[in-house]
Amino acid sequence: MTGAGQAAPPAEARPPGAGRLLEVERLTVRLRVEGVRRAVLRDVSLAIAPGEAVGLVGESGSGKSMTARAIGRLLPDGAQAEGTIRFHGQDVAALSGSDLRRYRSQVALIFQDPRAHTNPVRRIGDFMTEALRTNLGVPPGEAARRAVDMLAQVGIDDGARRLRQYPHQLSGGLLQRVMIATALLTEPRLLLADEPTTALDVTTQAEVMAILDELRRELHLGMLFITHDLELAAAICDRTAVMYAGQIVEVRSSAMLHSDPLHPYTAALAGARPDISRTAARLRAIPGRPLSAFEAPDDQCAFAPRCAHAQDACWEAAPDLVELDGGVSRCRRAATLRGRLAAGPEAAEPETAEPEAADA
Amino acid sequence: MSTAALMPDQAGTTWRERLRGPGGRGVLGRLQSTGPAGIASACVIAVATFAAVFGTLLAPYNPVLANLSLAWVGPTGGHLLGYDVEGRDVLSRLLAGAPTSMLGPLAVVVLSMTAGTLLAIAAAWRRGAVDAVISSGLDIVFAFPGILLAVLATAVFGAGLPAATIALSIAYTPYVARVLRGAALKERSQAYVAALEVQGVSAPRICLRHIVPNMLPLIIAQATIMFGWAMVDLAAISFLGLGVQPPSPNWGVMISENQAGIMQGYPLPALTAGICIVVVVVAFNVLGERLLAEAGQ
Repeated sequence: MTGAGQAAPPAEARPPGAGRLLEVERLTVRLRVEGVRRAVLRDVSLAIAPGEAVGLVGESGSGKSMTARAIGRLLPDGAQAEGTIRFHGQDVAALSGSDLRRYRSQVALIFQDPRAHTNPVRRIGDFMTEALRTNLGVPPGEAARRAVDMLAQVGIDDGARRLRQYPHQLSGGLLQRVMIATALLTEPRLLLADEPTTALDVTTQAEVMAILDELRRELHLGMLFITHDLELAAAICDRTAVMYAGQIVEVRSSAMLHSDPLHPYTAALAGARPDISRTAARLRAIPGRPLSAFEAPDDQCAFAPRCAHAQDACWEAAPDLVELDGGVSRCRRAATLRGRLAAGPEAAEPETAEPEAADA
Repeated sequence: MSTAALMPDQAGTTWRERLRGPGGRGVLGRLQSTGPAGIASACVIAVATFAAVFGTLLAPYNPVLANLSLAWVGPTGGHLLGYDVEGRDVLSRLLAGAPTSMLGPLAVVVLSMTAGTLLAIAAAWRRGAVDAVISSGLDIVFAFPGILLAVLATAVFGAGLPAATIALSIAYTPYVARVLRGAALKERSQAYVAALEVQGVSAPRICLRHIVPNMLPLIIAQATIMFGWAMVDLAAISFLGLGVQPPSPNWGVMISENQAGIMQGYPLPALTAGICIVVVVVAFNVLGERLLAEAGQ
């Protein structure tokens, strides 16, 4: 950690990869559901370099938020985690007490619903400066001044007045900006943004995203950006990871994700989006329903039942991640399918595309 | 609140605004929503509190000066409630007895509410084994009636208010802790608590500065009801001669001293003390119930 550089292990004891900001390696999380331990995350590996933005997209229940919660050490009771999460080379699972609190001031989480994540009986000023005052020992007056400055940076000009207000007196968009300002106030190195704009309307969403993106670049923060929105992720992230059923199925530079996907799921997701420049009688849905991580079988490709390109081999063994041209894909046919996936839905294999076209 | 120190420019926040708090309703507004019965109860409590604070000064005559020739004399000009069994002025004894009658229950409430809240929050925060130990420990204390525990304590440590008060506080703690544990568990699972945790705010700070204020409506309601119980129990202990010792004035002691008068046709001294207890207890109970309903529990 930068703030605790002195306390970090000596250089020779550092594990490899200490230069990386965040490294998640083969993370598997199991939760006890009705007495049975079920995996909600399976073999998730992810790395974020300083100043890099990584998108994490996927359907509801695919494990996006659980990944962020695991990184923030916010897993629910009874969760069992395997694998390692390293922050500046330090094992996050081993942190406790004041080390853990220091880690948490280095890693800021921005939540989906700002209303639920603020204490209704505390003032905005109290909420914003609490971590500064208690963890970093900043005097109250100085903390308030910094909070007003940070509010100005997220486009709230009357910060001094806002600090005296209560959460219920602020609109959702305003409150989310306050959340972002709060997250940045402790000068974190990594931002975990868990669908920060889902609860906001579209115009507010654009504003909040612009502020977030700009401040992140300015402060050179690493960011894990979780969203449903493939295009939003592509617009603001350097790389994007796609999750399905608790697994990462593809990691690819955002620029390439759309034009050259490596996994049929990514291609299908992209294909399911409406295109403003084209008339489509009917949006192309992915057949079947999204699978929760704990339903996913271990002995086959989790996406095979919904995949237009599945072959016998896909049903017989779970695929591993394969590296391909700077990206990673969890599809055994990635190399073969490459290019055919990219060409868009029209080029999808005819035998499955046909019945839908007939429907339309 | 430390916000006063935090914000250099407090001009926009009036004391009225601060008093009103986040819900936008002040103490008065909250009281108003408890209805006429709630307001009447609050008035009774205010009068009783006033008597408890200034009673000794207000007493027109010496409350312990006995004059046996005046025993059982009824109300006369200067003595509105007459004389008691030893010829002491009843009104003076009622007023001078208010402090011990009210302070004992107050101490019980403060002690048991503090202990109960801390236990409830500890159980809710740590959950698991800590919760199990605390909860079953409370169940064991539940098994002892408060008054029995208090009698036992006075037997061991000697008669007097302190022993009885502490024993009652212990006996009441499980009632508080059990109710508040549920509320604390609910509050613990709120998203804002996770948000504070992930900001690196320490656990005691989250508990005391964030969870407790959110439980405050319930805590206040519970304390109010608890006060009524404590008052009855402590009066009973004093009546039994194990609490406040005669000749010190106390409502429970007064009933005990003057009970013979009820049979002999001089019911006023014992009755007035009894009425004082009943009125105050009823007022606390009514207000407590109303506040509880307001808190939505």
